[in-house]
Amino acid sequence: MSQSLPDANASPPRHPPRLVLRRILEAIGVQNVSLLIALALLVAFIGGQNSNFFYSSNIATIGTTVAIVGILSVVQTVVMLLGGLDISVSSQAGLTSVVSAMVFMATQSAFAGIVAALVVGLGTGLLNGVIIIYGRVNAVIATLATLAAYRGLANLISNGRAQGYTGVDHVFIFLARGTIVGIPVLIWILVVVALLAQLVLHYTDFGRNIYAVGGNATAARLAGIPLNRYILAVYMLCGFVSALAGVLLTARTGSGQPTSGSQGLELQSITAAALGGCSMQGGKGTIVGTIFAVVLLGVLQNGLIILNVNSFWQDIAQGALLVIAVVIQQRRAGGRGIGLPM
Amino acid sequence: MAPAALVMEGVSKHFAGVQALSNVGLTARAGEVLALMGENGAGKSTLLKILSGAYAPEAGRIQIDGKPVTIASPADAHRLGVRVVAQEPEIIPYVSVAENVYAGALPRRGRLIDRAALRAKVAADIERSGFSGMIDPDQLGNSLSPAQRQLVEILRALSGTVRVIAFDEPTSSLSDHEAETLFALIRRLTATGIAVIYVSHRMKEILHIATRVLVLRDGQVVGERLAEETDEKELVRMMVGRDLSALFQRSARSPGRTILSVENVSSADVRDISFEVRAGEVVVLAGLVGAGRTELARAVIGDVPLTAGKIRVDGRALQLRSPRDAVRAGLCLAPEERKAQALLMKRSVRENISLAVLQRLSFWHVVNRREERQLAERYLRELHIRTPSIEQEVAMLSGGNQQKTVLARWLARDSKLLILDEPTRGVDVAAKAEIYAIIDRLAARGVAVLVVSSELPEVLGLADRIVVMKGGRVSGTIERADATEEKILSLAILDKAA
Ligand SMILES: Nc1ncnc2c1ncn2[C@@H]1O[C@H](COP(=O)(O)OP(=O)(O)OP(=O)(O)O)[C@@H](O)[C@H]1O
Ligand SMILES: [Mg+2]
Repeated sequence: MSQSLPDANASPPRHPPRLVLRRILEAIGVQNVSLLIALALLVAFIGGQNSNFFYSSNIATIGTTVAIVGILSVVQTVVMLLGGLDISVSSQAGLTSVVSAMVFMATQSAFAGIVAALVVGLGTGLLNGVIIIYGRVNAVIATLATLAAYRGLANLISNGRAQGYTGVDHVFIFLARGTIVGIPVLIWILVVVALLAQLVLHYTDFGRNIYAVGGNATAARLAGIPLNRYILAVYMLCGFVSALAGVLLTARTGSGQPTSGSQGLELQSITAAALGGCSMQGGKGTIVGTIFAVVLLGVLQNGLIILNVNSFWQDIAQGALLVIAVVIQQRRAGGRGIGLPM
Repeated sequence: MAPAALVMEGVSKHFAGVQALSNVGLTARAGEVLALMGENGAGKSTLLKILSGAYAPEAGRIQIDGKPVTIASPADAHRLGVRVVAQEPEIIPYVSVAENVYAGALPRRGRLIDRAALRAKVAADIERSGFSGMIDPDQLGNSLSPAQRQLVEILRALSGTVRVIAFDEPTSSLSDHEAETLFALIRRLTATGIAVIYVSHRMKEILHIATRVLVLRDGQVVGERLAEETDEKELVRMMVGRDLSALFQRSARSPGRTILSVENVSSADVRDISFEVRAGEVVVLAGLVGAGRTELARAVIGDVPLTAGKIRVDGRALQLRSPRDAVRAGLCLAPEERKAQALLMKRSVRENISLAVLQRLSFWHVVNRREERQLAERYLRELHIRTPSIEQEVAMLSGGNQQKTVLARWLARDSKLLILDEPTRGVDVAAKAEIYAIIDRLAARGVAVLVVSSELPEVLGLADRIVVMKGGRVSGTIERADATEEKILSLAILDKAA
């Protein structure tokens, strides 16, 4: 009993130097550190094979290709933090893409087209929320259903064909190809969306309550947090951001696209969020992690193109990466290896 | 002296930033009950988790019946006859009690599960352990009360040949009556030569059941005493490192206007309940586990719909549709089950404490981090929550410290009526005294406090008035001056007609 132990009540606690390093790592997030290491390795490998990778034009290409999936991943992260999931993001984007182009053609006003798309997005998001809350339908099932339904609706109003031509309107051109201080507008939009989400989640009571609802709904309810309002609001936000993605899709392709360009975005956004450390049970995850994951996936995709790898490999690589990331995550968490993994 | 069944020597274990155990030794003798005591976070559960193979220690040796063994997994422990009844039992939600007990070792007939045999087996186990009437083999895991979950965990532990059995705070979710059943079971176990290790914060229990008492502090052994040669005072001094003043303090209380009045309230599980709580008064809901007290508390805050009756707050009849309405009207409930109903396990201690007061801490919805940290630090000090920092994940805290975190959340919120459902479950003596003092201060400040408690000394020490419930009804109300343990018990157990 001669050993002296630090008194647990003594304050402030002192930490040996190794703990300081640990603290710094913890501040960035261990999950994010492993993503950064993976990113660095990937960049070094691709750059080593083909130095064109480092051209600023190529970096900008990566940025613009990840912008749309990026904003969807950010909002998917918010939904997942709340303990939900929105599989219908892609068909909401497709539907609103068609709406924006059709309203633009009818009115010749880009502004009207964009506003119409955003309003429709709020509506589809609201419907998702209502089905989940008042129908008491599991979020996966509900949005799986609306994934199909919104896609059907988009095909119905567009007859399954690309709609209109927006490639002459300067607003759409600006969104798709414009730059601000040399950086593409698409990248700015991603940065703004991610930053807003990060600020709200980190600094406001709204964000903290989202973590609480996802972490323990009963606790949140007893603390007086209006669960239903939060669920509705988050699904509406998700619809709104999906509509923004739809508008950007219209701008990039020059027409309203019911399915092409949006199909698959739901999987990519969920992949990015999960890769970035989001728990499927809710209550855990960060925007920073998701953004790292989005960039990692974007670089992977770009690298495979630059290195002339058969494009089918991209999907395989993306799938493999996701599984590896989750395996690492589970190992770190020291999961007890019984039952179905959480 | 009885032969040593289990010897642990030089056991050390550390977690990030915490030395949970250093060089701990323990000897459990055949046919004896070794009690393990210590403050919240002293390392008791960690020691038992090492024994059960859930954690690997950095150092240490284990011998069973004189033979050195290694326990690298729960399967090893089971094979060696070592059983640990966990502090937080894992129950499979949608399968029956019977399947929960024999999960992994279900009786079969050919390739099929023999349900009849399984049911009979568990029914016999229940009978043999003396738990008849307390639990039904067919009940589903998700419908079990905390007490029943504990019983399932005990039934599991009793399967196969047992050499050493350890109970980690088994009675914290049991009522006195159920606890008596458990003690009877423990006596039968020791009579057959099994060594029992028993962790609890309840002094009376320990002196009642234990042969020896081993005290831990900050992960080290402070000393061992024979139960008959020691007393509460000495044990407390060993645990806390100083003498403790009286457990219960009462400042002058002057009950004011009626804050809560419950009038003929019925819900799914309670019938025709009426009582009042006045400002500056502590009312305790006593009774056996399952008497409907938690249900009543939930009805009061609008979490369970009323089928009849009225709830008035400050004289106004309120239609509470959700806990949110209640919280806004100033009625708060600190619930009974910390893991399921209160804690955000993956978030920090700070975020858990501030959850119910975020709005107050925010300006234009931006949370004031500095104030939030100060709030968390303050409760860390006041309740002696033992954690390396306020940023620690709550999942990493010891059970008692998690409980204190829940309390801190609700103490931080100014409420007219504070309902505390089993507030001191799993909390050590020093912290208990602290919590009682805080309840006393709240009452002195004019808050109406309603406490649900199954611990009689706590009921008597805290209450200005005691409302005893039985089978979903109020069986009687006792004023502080007339209250005795016998009166409470007779109202809680006996039939009115008898
Ligand atoms: N998985 C873990 N990670 C980090 N720290 C841990 C972990 N488990 C326990 N600890 C820490 O180790 C110490 C001992 O915890 P332990 O659970 O053994 O306490 P205890 O004596 O059982 O307390 P209680 O009476 O509250 O149940 C505590 O400071 C706790 O915070
Ligand atoms: Mg413990």
